[in-house]
Amino acid sequence: MAHLNLATQFVQMLAGALLLISFAMLAERRSRRLLILLVWQGAVLVASTLLVASTAHLTHLFYSAALTLVLKVCVLPWILFRLMRKLGIERDNEPLVNLPTLMLVGLGLVIFAFGLAQPVSALATTVLRDTLGIALAVILLSFLMILARRKAFTQVIGFLSLENGLFFAATSTTYGMPMVVELGMALDLLVAVFIFGIFFFHIREQFDSLDLDQLESLKED
Amino acid sequence: MEILLVLGCPLLGAMLLAVVGAKRYAAEVSVAISLATLLAAAALVLRIIHGGSMTALHEEFFIDPFNVFLVALTALVGFTTSVFSRPYMRIEAEHGRLTPGRLRLYHSMYQLFMAAMLLALTTNNMGFLWVSMEMATLSTVLLVSLYRTRASVEAAWKYFILCGVGIALALFGTALLYAAAESVLGGEGMNALLWTHLNAVKGQLEPRVMGLAFVFLLVGYGTKVGLAPLHNWLPDAHAEGPTPVSAVLSGLLLNVALYAVIRCKILADGALHSTLPGHMLMSFGLLSTVLASFFLWRQRDIKRLFAYSSIEHMGIITFAFGMGGPIANFAALLHMTMHSLTKSAIFFAAGHATQLSGTQRMDKIRGLLAIHPSVGWGLMLGGLAILGMPPFGVFTSEYLVLITAMRDHPWATPILLGALAVAFAAIFSRLQPMVFGDTDDRPLPHTPALVPVFIHLGIVLMMGVYIPPALAEWYRLAARLIAG
Repeated sequence: MAHLNLATQFVQMLAGALLLISFAMLAERRSRRLLILLVWQGAVLVASTLLVASTAHLTHLFYSAALTLVLKVCVLPWILFRLMRKLGIERDNEPLVNLPTLMLVGLGLVIFAFGLAQPVSALATTVLRDTLGIALAVILLSFLMILARRKAFTQVIGFLSLENGLFFAATSTTYGMPMVVELGMALDLLVAVFIFGIFFFHIREQFDSLDLDQLESLKED
Repeated sequence: MEILLVLGCPLLGAMLLAVVGAKRYAAEVSVAISLATLLAAAALVLRIIHGGSMTALHEEFFIDPFNVFLVALTALVGFTTSVFSRPYMRIEAEHGRLTPGRLRLYHSMYQLFMAAMLLALTTNNMGFLWVSMEMATLSTVLLVSLYRTRASVEAAWKYFILCGVGIALALFGTALLYAAAESVLGGEGMNALLWTHLNAVKGQLEPRVMGLAFVFLLVGYGTKVGLAPLHNWLPDAHAEGPTPVSAVLSGLLLNVALYAVIRCKILADGALHSTLPGHMLMSFGLLSTVLASFFLWRQRDIKRLFAYSSIEHMGIITFAFGMGGPIANFAALLHMTMHSLTKSAIFFAAGHATQLSGTQRMDKIRGLLAIHPSVGWGLMLGGLAILGMPPFGVFTSEYLVLITAMRDHPWATPILLGALAVAFAAIFSRLQPMVFGDTDDRPLPHTPALVPVFIHLGIVLMMGVYIPPALAEWYRLAARLIAG
């Protein structure tokens, strides 16, 4: 690999941290710690966006970093913490069957992601181009988490981690989408989390728990 | 100007109904707003007929013959559905299934959903297309779970998670599209997501990135079209939501999602110089048609039955777009219109049928003709129309799809014909005992609104016998645009 300046090295380190956090989320059983991991993921995202913004001198990236900070590190986790307390699921412990298999599948996904991202990385001109593989890996790992988990709350965390991965992908290929589009996305995300909140109560009202194993009645018979 | 009216009416309507939605006259307000939207859409259509394609508001909006016809269709079905929902929801409220608060949610979200779909259709910005598709999901999620039963909450959750994840893939595809575009269009990239600009330079977009972007966009928006194997949310959401919502989900949202796919296909076609995008659409379409027609046999719930029929028809349309060329595109556009009108008419009739018998189970619905002839006839004629019986318009479009397939891709014709035959047998064998036979059910407390059913079926019948030359020319123009 060619000579890399300090900022690029730092950005790549943060990207690595993002991937590690995704794996940690995959293996985390407690809802509370999962949410804390999500906050960390958001914080790493903000740090890397800020770093890229200052090295590439892009003002609109500063705005989008600020938006991420407010939305993903402050507002959304705050809403989710409150929901968790109201629902009394802070200490919820979700049994994870065959964790080793999950980890192996996760590893396979990372390799797949890097393979898929190669042609695009070769073309991108951004500082972050080598990290597109990581962004795609974060997206795929979040998918895996949504698929593997059976609790409504955990699936929502997976959904938000997916959003983080998408945001990272957008910054690493093109330095982010146009600002208006990002504002629209942020609005959608906020509304989505509100609706998730409403849903938690509906699900609990109907099923007496947030276990999605009970949501199995609508099947093809 | 007309664009602002088209978008503004439902948006302001949503806000207004959020305030007065629980009042007794809310349904009438909703009808009035939908009528205003329809008139604005008609004005927009007139403008396009006289002035041709146009962009507006710093090119953020773009109207051409392809999307203006979908705008008109969306506004029309949106209006008739609001007319239908007035007595329908009143009966539901009297049956004690809805509270005033939930009616307010229903009316307000219905208009917001309309606004989201119309924005998706008129925007020129691929980013906003994504934002408004997501908005359309968000506004309908709470409508699917409106009855707050176990099944409806489950259906809504499934809808939310599956479509949320699907649409996330589309966002990744949009980011890749932006990446491909930025290197060509350059600059600050403000124009790099505008479809008209992308279309102008589509030949120079990097093929490998565009190929990858198209795969993600197809899978992402394809989830919302209900293409197999990503169709799991669709039958649940259609069956458990209130009937007007099923009608607009099936008749309109699927079209809008397919519209997004086709816009992306036009770009991918230009960039890839190959038949890959077309072949991908064809295989997804064929798989959906075949799978759905076999799943039709296993259905016991009337709304699930017709939800699977929607998957089947979206499959046929996707297949036709995949074949490409002016005739196949013409057939696909015609089928989009016919399916949307027929399927919403069927849902209207099926909704009243379930109210008459108090269940959605088809083996409990009997003798509709005896107790309420217009509901029975509506369901029967709608069923025959969707099965592609002549002289209804669905026959014309399916026939066009089949002969094009026979000419260009002969191997696909027997598969399509087989699927259509299986679907015919499945639906017709269920329809017959529901409509004929005896019953001891009591009539409805309000007169059902069946005018929309017969208006829709009337248009479908007319299009089967005689397509007005002006309309045919319009379809031809749109088909040529898509063929590129």
